[in-house]
Amino acid sequence: MIAAILVMALGAVVLGAALGYAAVRFRVEGDPLVEKIDAILPQTQCGQCGFPGCKPYATAIAKGEAEINQCPPGGEEGIRKLADLLGREAKPLSAEHGVEKPKSVAVIDENLCIGCTLCIQACPVDAIVGAAKQMHTVVDSLCTGCELCLPPCPVDCIAMVPIAETVETWKWRYPVIPIKPRQKVA
Amino acid sequence: MNNSPFVLQPASVRSVMVRVLAALLPGVAAYVHFFGASILIQLGLASATALGTEALVLFLRRKPVWLFVSDGSALVTAWLIALTFPPIGPWWLIVVGTAFAIVIVKHLYGGLGQNPFNPAMAAFCLMIVAYPLLMSQWPAGAADFATQMRLIFGNRELDGLTMATPLDALRTALHGNARTTVEAVTGSGPVFGYLGGKGWEWIALGYLAGGLWLLQQRLITWHLPTAFLAGLGLCAGLAHLANPGLYASPLFHLFSGGTLLGAFFIVTDPVSGATTPRGKLIFGAAIGLLTWVIRTFGAYPDGIAFAVMLMNIGVPLIDMYTQPPVFGHKIRNKGKGGHP
Amino acid sequence: MLRRLFAFNGGVKPPTHKSSSTRAAIATLPLPPELVIPLHQSIGGTPRPLVRAGQHVLKGQLIGAADGNISAAIHASTSGRVVAVEARVMAHASGLSTLCVVIAPDGEDAWVECRPVPWRSLPGDQVRDLLRDAGIVGLGGAVFPSHLKLKPGPGSRGSSKGGLRHLVINGAECEPFITCDDMQMREQANAILAGATIMGELLGAEEILVGIEDNKPEAVAAMQAASGRLGERGGRIQIVAVPTRYPAGGAKQLIRVLTGIEVPHGERSTDYGVQCFNTGTVFAIHEALEKGRPLLSRIVTVAGNVERPGNYEVLFGTPMDYVVARAGPKPDTDRFIMGGPMMGYAMPSRQVPVVKATNCILVGSPALFPPPAPEMPCIRCGECAKACPADLQPFEMYWHSRAKSFGKAQEYHLFDCIECGCCTYVCPSHIPLVDYFRFAKSEIWAREREKDSADAARDRYEFRQHREEREKEERAARLAAKAAATKARIGIDPSAGGADTDDQALIAAAIRRTQSATTDLPPAGESGT
Ligand code: SF4
Ligand code: SF4
Ligand code: SF4
Repeated sequence: MIAAILVMALGAVVLGAALGYAAVRFRVEGDPLVEKIDAILPQTQCGQCGFPGCKPYATAIAKGEAEINQCPPGGEEGIRKLADLLGREAKPLSAEHGVEKPKSVAVIDENLCIGCTLCIQACPVDAIVGAAKQMHTVVDSLCTGCELCLPPCPVDCIAMVPIAETVETWKWRYPVIPIKPRQKVA
Repeated sequence: MNNSPFVLQPASVRSVMVRVLAALLPGVAAYVHFFGASILIQLGLASATALGTEALVLFLRRKPVWLFVSDGSALVTAWLIALTFPPIGPWWLIVVGTAFAIVIVKHLYGGLGQNPFNPAMAAFCLMIVAYPLLMSQWPAGAADFATQMRLIFGNRELDGLTMATPLDALRTALHGNARTTVEAVTGSGPVFGYLGGKGWEWIALGYLAGGLWLLQQRLITWHLPTAFLAGLGLCAGLAHLANPGLYASPLFHLFSGGTLLGAFFIVTDPVSGATTPRGKLIFGAAIGLLTWVIRTFGAYPDGIAFAVMLMNIGVPLIDMYTQPPVFGHKIRNKGKGGHP
Repeated sequence: MLRRLFAFNGGVKPPTHKSSSTRAAIATLPLPPELVIPLHQSIGGTPRPLVRAGQHVLKGQLIGAADGNISAAIHASTSGRVVAVEARVMAHASGLSTLCVVIAPDGEDAWVECRPVPWRSLPGDQVRDLLRDAGIVGLGGAVFPSHLKLKPGPGSRGSSKGGLRHLVINGAECEPFITCDDMQMREQANAILAGATIMGELLGAEEILVGIEDNKPEAVAAMQAASGRLGERGGRIQIVAVPTRYPAGGAKQLIRVLTGIEVPHGERSTDYGVQCFNTGTVFAIHEALEKGRPLLSRIVTVAGNVERPGNYEVLFGTPMDYVVARAGPKPDTDRFIMGGPMMGYAMPSRQVPVVKATNCILVGSPALFPPPAPEMPCIRCGECAKACPADLQPFEMYWHSRAKSFGKAQEYHLFDCIECGCCTYVCPSHIPLVDYFRFAKSEIWAREREKDSADAARDRYEFRQHREEREKEERAARLAAKAAATKARIGIDPSAGGADTDDQALIAAAIRRTQSATTDLPPAGESGT
């Protein structure tokens, strides 16, 4: 009897030690879940999700404080990936946070721009170059299409232009399945 | 407008299935010759049930009915069921079995190409577990057609008309009496012929002929039949060598029960079987081994159905671990010494 | 000259349809009324246009300069006036437009000055730059810039010299209908072998193997005769007839057949001591080095639904329907396909120009290429795996591509697929397997691009936040210092001063602060990069 208890206790100790060792040895730095969620988010930094950037939203999702369907730029695809990662049910994009739009970039009408630098201050990824009282331009390879530069512009000279498909970015379509829904019974 | 390739080989699921059915004909002919026309009734019952249920389910699933009914896959399932069930079983036995195979085993898992289990074998397993007695009544010979019709559709007065299959007879005899030997049993009973069971060995030869034709048509590869027959033959052979009194000879095993039908038509079902060359060898050999084990030590007359079902479960695993090497990723590659 | 050949697994034998287009010699076309020369005609960067509308150009004049090293230059295919430099529909399955130089020929066909290149005395790098500027790309259809393939590898094992063990010249031409390489080998065997000899020297190749499918006995004979004429110099050259089986003309498959070497996906074949060029490319390299002529035209097979199938020497930029008109298209023509029936692409319009990749204009009709039967579910019959020359399991890749589990598809080596179409060709369920693979590949690429730009955006955003943080701290420090200084200057003793003066000072400081805040603001964007 006592021997059995001792053996059990010894086993528990050994296992506990092993687990503890493993926890220390294989500890992952930082919060891997937030990083993983952040890796899925599109990094537009537009704040449409209701958080001041993608990372805060990722943190909120990880803590269970936000739904996974609040990111319009990520779209259905992003929601599906988040659902897969978190083992939650995928759901349609929440309408109050916006709609999924074709990917666009901001273009400044260079004739109207007064060089006020307000858009430069608004752009979260420093995609606009220019100096005070000089015309500004958007570097379109850097622009994430977040639209944050639109409201501050006092002369409404910024427009969002959908990105045109090029031969390099063109994608083969999903093969259509030519089976008709229901044929008449022969 | 479609994309390249713009030319396709004239092949279709239908032509594959029709050729499989054609390959079954020699076996069916021998069947009729030795055991009467009742098998034709059963084939008809199974076919009608299969096509009917298939059409119904397709209709309910809102799939193109004609496209799939005419692909012939349901007919192949139906024929395999008919050829593995006793030919003088009551009509509802085969109807229920076929309906189960098509509705539950095939369509509940997604229809053509999606079923993880071999439908015909699943039906066999279900029915033999549910109606062990009915599934063990095999004809004693070619009774006249009227009697067979009566057995299938009318009252089932069986006296003298049925007997167990050779496999079953042997197993019961050996289990029941510790002192009999294989020799004594097979030498005496009326069911035993030269190689396997009387008549059955000819039917098996018919299947063998059909199977070889399928091989020649390149519809099946040599891997599965060979591995299965080798697995079964090897086990039976070793056991027979060790104790000829207790274990039947490999030849008896190869020509009894559904062995040759299984080797060329059941084990080779592509949908529920392994697909890689090495996987096929493992899959086939394992079924052979399990078949022998179940035949010898189990409680059921034949083991192929259970062996196939068991191995169906392992298919994804087998396939995963037997992926063939990809072009340029082979060890024998020259150029870079020992490139992985 | 019996050589041990190696087989590749898989492959199919579609009807070849080659004899009808090899009856007549290669014909030339009259100048078309307009040439539309796309600037983007090869893998890599799009060349920059060097001409403006209204300018006069000569035949062979550079009109698009190679953009970076992975690119190839573009030349005017005849003399004439540049009508426009504008976007036109491209010879590409997408139907998208790219920048093209539109030339109205003046009928003179006047050449720029061409001088042979003394390639023997030039360093290798310079020869390669010359080839890039001559616009030489692989003419088998892949249009990979050739100069990039002419770099000798790091030296192959088992080779005494630092060079290549085998230089493979690809004359297999396995696609049905296409006969342009066949006809070129029959008519220009000498030039092709001369080109091969040059390349053999550039690469330091030990042997030169010309692989030709054995359904082209005339081409084999012509090449053998030409190699005989080379005498001693042709000693390293072997003309090898290889068994006819699609896709024996795939570079990797031909290398395997001739040498037994398998070059894995994504690795350079020079690392394995072998390199492969198409016969048309070899001819073009010969023209460029021995005559100084850039790549301006190619031989194009016109076949399929036409009265007189044949081969034509076509200037780049010639509209396809202009070429096909010579061959007499039949009335039920419903599409032009660039390339063969196994790997070609249906063209978005019949006016798209012939480009460097156009080995064949296959004229299609519903009777010739009927629409495929409806797609059925996969029955896992394994036919596709048996036919796949890359030893893949197409049905597994199909399964995952269809479900859009691209990671899984990649685990089954999706990117080793050469899109040869053998699997689709044999599938009894009529599944367009290759379409799924093309779809999956381009989705994966798009995702990688998206991931890259998201990562870049995250970095830039984090950097900006970091910078703003730092600036805020700096500004706070600066303001604190300034406030202290102000207070000190106006001589208020904080402990003794009246409330009024204290307030005034603070207001003055605030005014100064706002001013300094605006002027101190750094020009954003610059510091961010
Ligand atoms: S330029 Fe405008 S739309 Fe583009 S990233 Fe900056 S703020 Fe967003
Ligand atoms: S050939 Fe077609 S049906 Fe057969 S395994 Fe391949 S994809 Fe499936
Ligand atoms: S297209 Fe790809 S998967 Fe299909 S046979 Fe060719 S290489 Fe194999």
